Amino acid sequence: MSEIFPYILDGLQIVILLFAAPVFAGWVKTLKCWFQGRTTAGVLQPYRDLTKLFHKDIVLAENASWVFRFTPYAVFGSVVLAGGIIPILSVDLPLSATADIIALISLFTIARFFTALAGMDIGTAFGGMGASREKTIASVAEPAMLMAIFTVSLVCKSTSLSQMVQVIAHGEFILRPSLAFALLAFALIALAETGRVPVDNPATHLELTMIHEGMILEYSGRHLALIEWAGMMKLFLFAALGIAAFFPWGIAAANDSPALFVAALSLILKLTVAGVGLVMIETGLAKMRFFRVPEFLGSAFLFATLGMLSYFMLE
Amino acid sequence: MSISLAAQINSILAALILLTAFGLLVQRRIYGLLHLFAWQGLFLSISTAVVGFVAEKHHLYISSLITLVLKVIVLPYILHVLIMRLKIHREIETVVNVPITMLIGIALVIFSYSLTSPIRELSTHVTKSTIAVALATVLLGLLMMITRRHAVTQIIGFLSMENGLFFAATSATYGMPLVVELGVGLDILIAAFIFGIFFFHINTAFDSLDVEQMARLKEED
Amino acid sequence: MTIFTLLGVSFIGALVLAFVGDRKFAPEINIVCSFASFVASIVLALQVYQDGPFVAGGKFFFIDAFSVYLVVLTSFVSMTTTIFSKPYMRRERDHGRVGHWGMRFYHAMFQLFIFAMLLCLLTNNVGVLWIAMELATLATVLLVSLYKTPTAIEAAWKYFILCGVGIAQALFGTVLLYFAAEKVLGEGGDALLWTNLSQISGQLEPTVLKLAFVFLMVGYGTKVGLVPLHNWLPDAHAEGPTPISAVLSGLLLNIALYALVRCKVLVDGSLGTHLAGNIMMGFGLLSILVASFSMLRQKDIKRMFSYSSIEHMGIATFAFGLGGPIATFGALLHMLVHSLTKSSIFFTVGHASQMHDTQEMSKIRGLIRGNPLVGWGLMLGVMSIVGMPPFGVFTSEFLILTATMKDAPLMTPFLLLGLGVAFAALLRRVQPMVSGHIPSWQHPLKASHVPVILHMVLVLVIGLYMPNFLSRWFHMAVELLK
Repeated sequence: MSEIFPYILDGLQIVILLFAAPVFAGWVKTLKCWFQGRTTAGVLQPYRDLTKLFHKDIVLAENASWVFRFTPYAVFGSVVLAGGIIPILSVDLPLSATADIIALISLFTIARFFTALAGMDIGTAFGGMGASREKTIASVAEPAMLMAIFTVSLVCKSTSLSQMVQVIAHGEFILRPSLAFALLAFALIALAETGRVPVDNPATHLELTMIHEGMILEYSGRHLALIEWAGMMKLFLFAALGIAAFFPWGIAAANDSPALFVAALSLILKLTVAGVGLVMIETGLAKMRFFRVPEFLGSAFLFATLGMLSYFMLE
Repeated sequence: MSISLAAQINSILAALILLTAFGLLVQRRIYGLLHLFAWQGLFLSISTAVVGFVAEKHHLYISSLITLVLKVIVLPYILHVLIMRLKIHREIETVVNVPITMLIGIALVIFSYSLTSPIRELSTHVTKSTIAVALATVLLGLLMMITRRHAVTQIIGFLSMENGLFFAATSATYGMPLVVELGVGLDILIAAFIFGIFFFHINTAFDSLDVEQMARLKEED
Repeated sequence: MTIFTLLGVSFIGALVLAFVGDRKFAPEINIVCSFASFVASIVLALQVYQDGPFVAGGKFFFIDAFSVYLVVLTSFVSMTTTIFSKPYMRRERDHGRVGHWGMRFYHAMFQLFIFAMLLCLLTNNVGVLWIAMELATLATVLLVSLYKTPTAIEAAWKYFILCGVGIAQALFGTVLLYFAAEKVLGEGGDALLWTNLSQISGQLEPTVLKLAFVFLMVGYGTKVGLVPLHNWLPDAHAEGPTPISAVLSGLLLNIALYALVRCKVLVDGSLGTHLAGNIMMGFGLLSILVASFSMLRQKDIKRMFSYSSIEHMGIATFAFGLGGPIATFGALLHMLVHSLTKSSIFFTVGHASQMHDTQEMSKIRGLIRGNPLVGWGLMLGVMSIVGMPPFGVFTSEFLILTATMKDAPLMTPFLLLGLGVAFAALLRRVQPMVSGHIPSWQHPLKASHVPVILHMVLVLVIGLYMPNFLSRWFHMAVELLK
């Protein structure tokens, strides 16, 4: 039993990911409506959207190649796989033992790579523009992301996520400037990676400003549903990753099934708070001009580097 | 407060000082600069007080108080009045090449870390790890004075360098003798009045506080 | 007691002149204050000459042969400068270049500047030395911008920013010095006193001192005007009022060099190697070469002579770096004669540019016929500064060259090249200015004779016959700097 249990846990995590991600996205949208004084569509609206999309037919452009058709599955698959690596409820994950944080980031990179390819595949202007912008952002965001994560790995002396979570959650509590810097950097990058304001606006279809929406403009039906779902999961996963790396207290240790309940409760609480934080950022800031984005991500890189330096200098 | 907790608080404050130094480097709005500078002074003041408490060096309280009064209240206030009088509070400076500046800044931090390694090895103080940050703050202030072209910005860079020097004194030696700290504070105050007069002179002579326009004195060929 | 008189006179003078500096009798107050300082400095010098170095004011002040000789020099040159500045500033005021406030300001800041320099020399505390040096900078910054022309403001701003940056590095160096000293002497103010530091310099941690010296060198080197940290110097000298150029060049540079040499002695004691000396030699030689070649290209007379100051400070720094009794003796002598000659040159240059209403050398002509004192004063001053016998500069440069040939023969050609180029550059420019007919735009001027004649006679006397007490004095200083 105890040998299979971790596998069940990992499966459970993926199921939670699949079904909690739309709720989280709905929660963020609801909050945003409240903040802006609009009527809400309810937390469950993303489910309805997804169902609607799954029931619709697919319209494919004449010149769409296999890349275009394959991309939704690749994106969805890699994000689901990533969900098996990040400790959401428990640190005792078999997938996490095989894949460390670098693999996690490359999973996200695969998803992004295919999205960009699909954006260019049709040959429309918006797709190409979106892809080129996405790659510009990625070229700065990914080193910064790695830098921030490496700072945490340095502190925990491991690149395995489970190990990192364990060290931070159960080790001695120390005020660490390096982790503070890394958190700051991570927050900035997460905004860029998940396409939120001030880098991208998930709600816009205004030609000049869209990045992620530009690439997936040609998708419809089931394909669009998968991509949208993957996007929601990505948002959820970044929140979960931030929580796991910086605020893991409450997460269940290995072979500790009663603690799972506490872990689930604390996860809900933390996600609720994370949603509030995200919405406050999104309502407080205006979307920046695209030429400013490298500067924004540059400061994220700066914070991450400062975090790493202060690990060596101050700790 | 235990020694190790104090050391942790001190390193957090050091990190914040470093962060404000970087913030000053890339901040475009004059008012934003002023706020960042005041924050830096506040962090410095708290850090000095914490070190004074944990090392039981009571003259550091006075030093902390000097910093608080001078760097957090008086100088920002003087600058605020000047900025208001000169009507430049909405001015936004063009900062060229932020990423390169940041990279140079990071390189300076690494440089100061390696430069101060002999001191770290010899020091027995709790604060020995922050010396590198102090030198980095000095060098970042220097970088700011080189890269920025606005008179007010250059002055804030200069004052931020002085912050770094005070921080260096606190972290390397638990503060300089009191007479020296008082004298340095006095010098900074005099300097504040002098640059205040200067701002008006520059503004009348050049119609702007952009130092770039001051390029008449060059070696002629 | 003498020390308090010395400092008090200039400080009170500054306060009084801040209120009455625009009155008719203000220049006289200025002269009287400086004269009183000079008398006090002579008394102090006699004390040191008879009793040797001593500490006063609860270890706050420390006077030895090295500092007291600069104290006398400082108060002497400041006294003659006040005499020169009386007619000079009156004319500037008549021509509307300086107003009431400007005059108050000028007089008060002049005395404050003297006060700050004397404090630099008299203090026993490395930290106070720094503070006084910064005070001296701050006092002169606004004097440089006295005329409020765009170029003057630009020069003053450059001076303020560059020296501020430089001197901040020196403070970091001082912190490091204190760090090293504290290990040996324990905490508290005692660890920053020269008297204590020089006794224990052998026990100071060499790695820290090495680092400290680099910062001190950059910091005080900026104020000495060493290349490549010299950018502020020509501008500040050229745009400020001439009396200020004279004291900046003749005195402030010396004081900064004094601070640097004091630090070098400590570092040498700790390291036991010639590292600090080598760094100083490098900076010195670079300054000599760059400054002398820059002189060739100048059009503004005050700029040209400020480059000459860089060159001579380079020579003195080089000689201090070289070390050894002869070179140090030469360097000390060089500081003295350069101060006297250069301030005298600036006096004549000030008059010359007032006679022609310009500082451009191509417009200054026929000085000897127009005003023999100014013309001959400038000619003799330049002959002295380029190192022609029988003036004192020849003696000091000869000593330095001899020591170089003995200790660092490879450096000699560079040194000679620098001196040669400077010789050519200066004489080429000055000869047409002093000779020839009076141009139409020249107007007569009542020059002040005393300072120029006094300085030139002194330089000549030192060159022809070194008084016994002077050489004994220098020997005492050389002993200290070993």
